Amino acid sequence: MSAVAAPASRPGSFAGAKPLAPISYKAPIGYAAVAALATLLFGILPESGRRTTFSVSTRDDFFQIESFTVPSKATALLLCLAALALSAWTFQAARTRRKVGIWLPAVYAVLLIFALLTWAVAGKDQALPLTSLLQGSLFLAVPLVFGALAGLLSERSGIINIAIEGQLLAGAFLAAVVATITQSAYLGLIAAPIAGALVSALLVAFAIRYVVDQIIVGVVLNVLVVGITSYLFSTVLADNAATLNSPPRLPRIDIPVLSQIPVVGPVLFKQTALVYLMYVVVIVLQVMVFKSRWGLRLRAVGEHPKAADTVGIKVNRTRVWNTILGGAVAGLGGAFFTVANGLAFGKEMTGGKGYIALAAMILGRWSPKGALAAALLFGFADNLQVVLGIIGTPIPSQIMLMTPYVVTIFAVAGLVGRVRAPAAEGVAYVK
Amino acid sequence: MSQATPAPEQPAGSTAPAPRRDDGIEARAQGALREMLTSSWLVTVCALVLAMVISGVLIAAADADVQDAAAYFFARPADFFSAAWDAVWGAYVALFQGAIIDPTASTFTRAVRPLTETMTTSVPLILAGLGLGIGFRAGMFNIGAQGQIILGAIFAGYIGFAFDLPPVLHLLLAVIGAAVGGGLWAGIAGFLKARTGANEVIVTIMLNNIAIYLVGYLLSTKAFQREGSNNPISPPVGGNAEYPLLLGSGFRLHLGFLLAIAAAVFVWWLMSRSTLGFQFRAVGSNPSAARTAGINVNRVYLLVMMIAGSLAGLAGSAQILGTEKVLTDGVAASFGFDAITVALLGRSKPLGTFFAGLLFGALRAGGFAMQARTGTPIDIVLVVQSLVVLFIAAPPLVRAVFRLPSAGGRGAAPELSAPVVKEAAA
Repeated sequence: MSAVAAPASRPGSFAGAKPLAPISYKAPIGYAAVAALATLLFGILPESGRRTTFSVSTRDDFFQIESFTVPSKATALLLCLAALALSAWTFQAARTRRKVGIWLPAVYAVLLIFALLTWAVAGKDQALPLTSLLQGSLFLAVPLVFGALAGLLSERSGIINIAIEGQLLAGAFLAAVVATITQSAYLGLIAAPIAGALVSALLVAFAIRYVVDQIIVGVVLNVLVVGITSYLFSTVLADNAATLNSPPRLPRIDIPVLSQIPVVGPVLFKQTALVYLMYVVVIVLQVMVFKSRWGLRLRAVGEHPKAADTVGIKVNRTRVWNTILGGAVAGLGGAFFTVANGLAFGKEMTGGKGYIALAAMILGRWSPKGALAAALLFGFADNLQVVLGIIGTPIPSQIMLMTPYVVTIFAVAGLVGRVRAPAAEGVAYVK
Repeated sequence: MSQATPAPEQPAGSTAPAPRRDDGIEARAQGALREMLTSSWLVTVCALVLAMVISGVLIAAADADVQDAAAYFFARPADFFSAAWDAVWGAYVALFQGAIIDPTASTFTRAVRPLTETMTTSVPLILAGLGLGIGFRAGMFNIGAQGQIILGAIFAGYIGFAFDLPPVLHLLLAVIGAAVGGGLWAGIAGFLKARTGANEVIVTIMLNNIAIYLVGYLLSTKAFQREGSNNPISPPVGGNAEYPLLLGSGFRLHLGFLLAIAAAVFVWWLMSRSTLGFQFRAVGSNPSAARTAGINVNRVYLLVMMIAGSLAGLAGSAQILGTEKVLTDGVAASFGFDAITVALLGRSKPLGTFFAGLLFGALRAGGFAMQARTGTPIDIVLVVQSLVVLFIAAPPLVRAVFRLPSAGGRGAAPELSAPVVKEAAA
């Protein structure tokens, strides 16, 4: 992404231009403060003389990259200073009203994350396995990506979908049961979207037919799905665990050649069918939502339903089908919890992932690639806590787990750039 | 995301005027009947019945005897229906006996204990529900009661076990601490909404999750973890900080119940009689108009959240100073989420919330008894609760099912309806 300034935002470029908005230094201050804090914690305070080892390669790669060791304190300090320099650049960009591209927060985050890693495993004998860290992050991000895309589909059409949690849970449940009965993980994968779509159908039935507040329906549907699945789990599934609730595991498919590229191969191409499906869905939606007629209509209905109606788009029909499609996508993500892991269904096993998916959607600013990036960030935080837990680290695991939520609060409070929801979100359309 | 715009002072549902002609008693009786059939409480009752019927189907479907009888349904359908009836009736009778009164008990104390258990369980539901109700009427959808309860419990718990103070003072301080803890936690969401326009739904959801990890973290620190224990559990709160029992040691019912009643009265006074409450309702109806009228909307956002959070914090105190007595990471159970359904069922009014809290407290208390006696898992209570709220929110659906006359509108109950694109919207 380029960091090109919009021509209209250059002061005095032509007469009659809109008055310029006051310069906001909120984001630069935020960047600088976090980078300064990191410099202090990782670069200045720790004792020197420790070393950090990273391992990179796995056994099947074309060629092996040796694991490398760096002096902890100096490396962390260097990374943090680079992040500080980036923050300085954002000040300059804000002052001259230049827009910063998406690369900036991405590079900034990578720098700080590496500084954190260097500090966290400093002085340990064990190497930090970078490749498996990334592999696990991608895997844990799967339900978040599907959930965020589900939220995106319905919210772009103007229906707030708080019920992602319920859709994931319903998908996980049906996937487990169908996969066990048919003894085929793939059939479970096909069944999961149906469950998610059913939850969505209830959502739109109440939100559109009976004009009930969408947040209320979503919250209540989450409770309903938890109630029904937990009830069926403790009665039917508990009595027949072997015949109803022991799904086979989705096999890992190594894509030939591609999977042997160092680092990239194991991370991206040694995954299950669900992950490959995720790549497809993200790419298709990214193109379709912004470049197709369907996508244009979807966004029109969510931004200005009256205008959309005037040109002959069926507002409520568009909302119904896209929300149901979204539910199906979330249901597919629910299959992650059971068949993708080869785990039996358990009570409330989604554990709030639907709400994190909602956060990922907002952090990704209602776009598929943004949602993917945000979900990967959350997946990374989740997996990092597991990996560091094994190696042993100075950070309490709860603090690590808390981080995505804190980041989201900062994001919606506008510190990490402005987020804007579709204009007609949550507003019912009655002719 | 935009919030619900509740219409605060409309008499719920009864928009159809009763005919007031003096044609004689018959016409007036018809009018009265019509008014009764279109009233909102009838919808509430019908919604409850409908929810219990649907849950009954689930109970029957999961029952082993019913499944056996279904295998030869066409040979002897009567077997199937009697088995289904036995399963459902048995479960609901156990639920009632566990929630209200148990006539089969050996002593009087045991017979009435279920009712006191219902009252005890309803305390956190009522308190947190009252707080959420204030938010709903001010147009703020606060999903954060769970986190606010946890923070209230952390504050009250710490004051309870870390200090040793004289009787009344210790309890008072712990209760105030709970209110402050919950209020500050919710205040974050209110502050961010007022300052940056951050959506309170997202912020409170995030604060819920942060609170769960926060209590987990605190329980691993020296200040909170019980000495000599490796489990995440705090020392018990001091005896002086506990809520006194109302009915002696045979029952768990504690002073918190009276606190809940007092809180309901306070909320009624606040929302219906005070200037501040008027401002809350004005902002809930139309923030722009309220701002034009000179109300400081941002201050209202902050205050609404802080008051709502304080009430949820008090709910946390009912848990830690009343029933649980120790801080664990499960101290809030699912009261914060259940309280949302309580506030919705009570239509955000204090009296309604009080009775809704009692009802859901009864379902919860009775659910445990039902699980113990008939083996029906308590999860069915969640199904009943969520269905009730769904049906309440959509009166036309309930009226259609029970063939009741329409009350005029075709949409949702006014307090629960979505904002609608208006013809004249700018």
